[in-house]
Amino acid sequence: MTRLLWVTVPYLAFTSLLLGHIWRYRHDQFGWTTRSSQLYERRLLRWGSPLFHFGLLAVLGGHVLGIAVPASWTAALGVSEHAYHLLSVSVGTLSGLATLAGLGILLYRRSTVPAVRKATTSIDKVMYLLLTAALGTGMLNTVGSNLIGGGYDYRATVSPWFRSLFTLHPHPELMAATPISFQIHNLVVLTLLAIWPYTRLVHVFSAPLGYLTRPYIVYRSRGPARPGAHRYARAWEASAPPPARR
Amino acid sequence: MKIMPQLAMVMNLDKCIGCHTCSVTCKQAWTNRSGVEYAWFNNVETRPGQGYPRRYEDQQRWKGGWTLTKRGRLTLRSGSRLTRLLNIFANPDLPTVADYYEPWTYDYQNLVSAPAMDTTPVARPTSLITGEDTAVTWGPNWDDDLGGGPEHLGGDPVLATLSEQVKLEFERTFMFYLPRICEHCLNPSCAASCPSGAIYKRSEDGIVLVDQDRCRGWRQCVTGCPYKKIYFNHRTGKAEKCTFCYPRVEVGIPTVCAETCVGRLRYIGVVLYDADAVLAAASVPEEKDLYPAQLGVFLNPHDPRVVAQAERAGISQEWIEAAQASPVYQLIVNYQVALPLHPEYRTMPMVWYVPPLSPVVDALAGTGHDGEDAGNLFGAIDTLRIPVEYLAELFTAGDVGPVRAALQRLAAMRAHMRRVNLGEPVAPEIAESVRLTPKEIEAMYRLLAIAKYEHRYVIPSAAGSDAHRLDALATGCSLGSEGGPGMTAFDAMDDKFHLTDTNGAAAPANKARRINLLNWDGKSTNGLFAPAPETHGSPR
Repeated sequence: MTRLLWVTVPYLAFTSLLLGHIWRYRHDQFGWTTRSSQLYERRLLRWGSPLFHFGLLAVLGGHVLGIAVPASWTAALGVSEHAYHLLSVSVGTLSGLATLAGLGILLYRRSTVPAVRKATTSIDKVMYLLLTAALGTGMLNTVGSNLIGGGYDYRATVSPWFRSLFTLHPHPELMAATPISFQIHNLVVLTLLAIWPYTRLVHVFSAPLGYLTRPYIVYRSRGPARPGAHRYARAWEASAPPPARR
Repeated sequence: MKIMPQLAMVMNLDKCIGCHTCSVTCKQAWTNRSGVEYAWFNNVETRPGQGYPRRYEDQQRWKGGWTLTKRGRLTLRSGSRLTRLLNIFANPDLPTVADYYEPWTYDYQNLVSAPAMDTTPVARPTSLITGEDTAVTWGPNWDDDLGGGPEHLGGDPVLATLSEQVKLEFERTFMFYLPRICEHCLNPSCAASCPSGAIYKRSEDGIVLVDQDRCRGWRQCVTGCPYKKIYFNHRTGKAEKCTFCYPRVEVGIPTVCAETCVGRLRYIGVVLYDADAVLAAASVPEEKDLYPAQLGVFLNPHDPRVVAQAERAGISQEWIEAAQASPVYQLIVNYQVALPLHPEYRTMPMVWYVPPLSPVVDALAGTGHDGEDAGNLFGAIDTLRIPVEYLAELFTAGDVGPVRAALQRLAAMRAHMRRVNLGEPVAPEIAESVRLTPKEIEAMYRLLAIAKYEHRYVIPSAAGSDAHRLDALATGCSLGSEGGPGMTAFDAMDDKFHLTDTNGAAAPANKARRINLLNWDGKSTNGLFAPAPETHGSPR
């Protein structure tokens, strides 16, 4: 059970994340979009979307710091465990709250604005559920365990386990010993990573940072015509041909 | 110098009857799909009026097009690249569907499926966005034919720039139709605002297109375009726009809107331009100089140096000949009757308009005058300040000079051709008063009034455009005197119409103060001689 949950599941999720993105990038450029709903509604989005996105970027940064960077490195920099704990709990709580507030506004908007509700697909709903669960359990870990519950040093268990996955010598026993809320959080996030390439979340990987350096106007040659060279299936249905005459 | 060909359009507003055939055929061809129900790549709006989407010309609100920084550098009005990336999660300057209109259909099924009842069943309007019942309160052409009208008058952003006096008089003056498609600008701000680099300008014909595979739905282009001619497909999450019907023009036939125009008011042709000169021209400090600056970017296709350079750039003989026979170039340069729409947006638009003379003629006829007498018309153009000023706000960033000149040429054409048609003796001074010869006026009349299909559309096919390139690589010759006088459309027009006489501020720096000896009054030598060189080198 320990091996299944903390070795097989993560590797399956990472495989799906990687191969799914490659597959989708090659076969569904046309579907690779944010599918923004700002055209329908502006006022709620104006608050919800930046809160959610910027909050999430901060949350992501916190995760990189807490999981990818070993505790020994921060200690070598002279950051005491107490100082790290203080920083991670305060900034983590703040950015988590911002993200949660943003998500709340966005979910409210998605369910109450008729046009936005109609534009919501079933994979969207699954994705929102997982996102909410991931954020909820994450907040539970930060606020519940670390702020109120006296602190839990995930850098001694969760982080080494996560890093061990990438050295191909996984240590599932580290993860099995963590509190249940951390385990649930990890499973939810792994599921989210697994379905990521099949949702609108793909837009994260096309963050347009190249815009800062490219020239303003793009000129492109028409290029040689390649009749019938379709890279992937048609994105719309052709109308029915007229019945043949006798 | 980098010569590029551009397919451009001119619309003769005098002939637009506002029938919307262009809009409807365009819709049928391109946007009769879900997700773009609200989008009209071609629309016809009544001016004065709010336009579509509502008040799109109010750039204080929508932040479209380019502006100059304090240091005089060209930048997008919606902000620097970094600002725009920081606003990517919620674009503050994006119109919502309500600013266009909520598209609707009718529940026709109810007409045949309703049970027997006392009252006649009705087809309720249903929103195409939400699928629910809706109240129709605005449409793509809600203020059609109202000419502003008391209710919508205040909504016209162009009127807002004119004085209060003009506003009050306005209801009683005039109305005309303005058909609009994408401008396929030389300096497209939509392309510049696309974070993904999905919007590009085709180097073969200048058509601006959205790569549907590379668009990621960041929707910055909708804000970037000051004409609001980029539409966000809310089903696919991708931007869409007018394609200049590229599958048609590639095989040498006109766009759907032009082909089906019952007024035969659209002209399509090639214009050669210097792509390297675009940035400088779009950055001139004075907005009123943008129209002559754009003329300075166009190249004279009859100049042998331009032809040689074009050949060297790999432009095929067919395209060069099309540029020489271009009706668009003739209307813009040879007759100087076509003007750009809102040059002050600094995008260098390439759909130009012949301003309407009809309001002036109507006003004259309404007061019992002869609406086709040259003297009357010339006087009226000068006196009817309001239409001319309104047109100037649309076409020349408020400079009435070029608008008045274009209207005078149209007036001269009317007066001249009436004499011809009535068998009266031709008065050459009518033509000369607008710096044209009677022969030129008659040629202009044929182009504008007879408007034969093959004269309106001079579209080279795309097939041969690559063939010459390899050939040109081997035989290209160097050009010593590029950029010299006579090469640009501005120089060609300047020679003919003496643009600098009436339009000093609009001329290039080295010609702004040049004097025309023909009407020199001898009182001052100011501008008669070239300024003394400041260094001791030989004068240019």
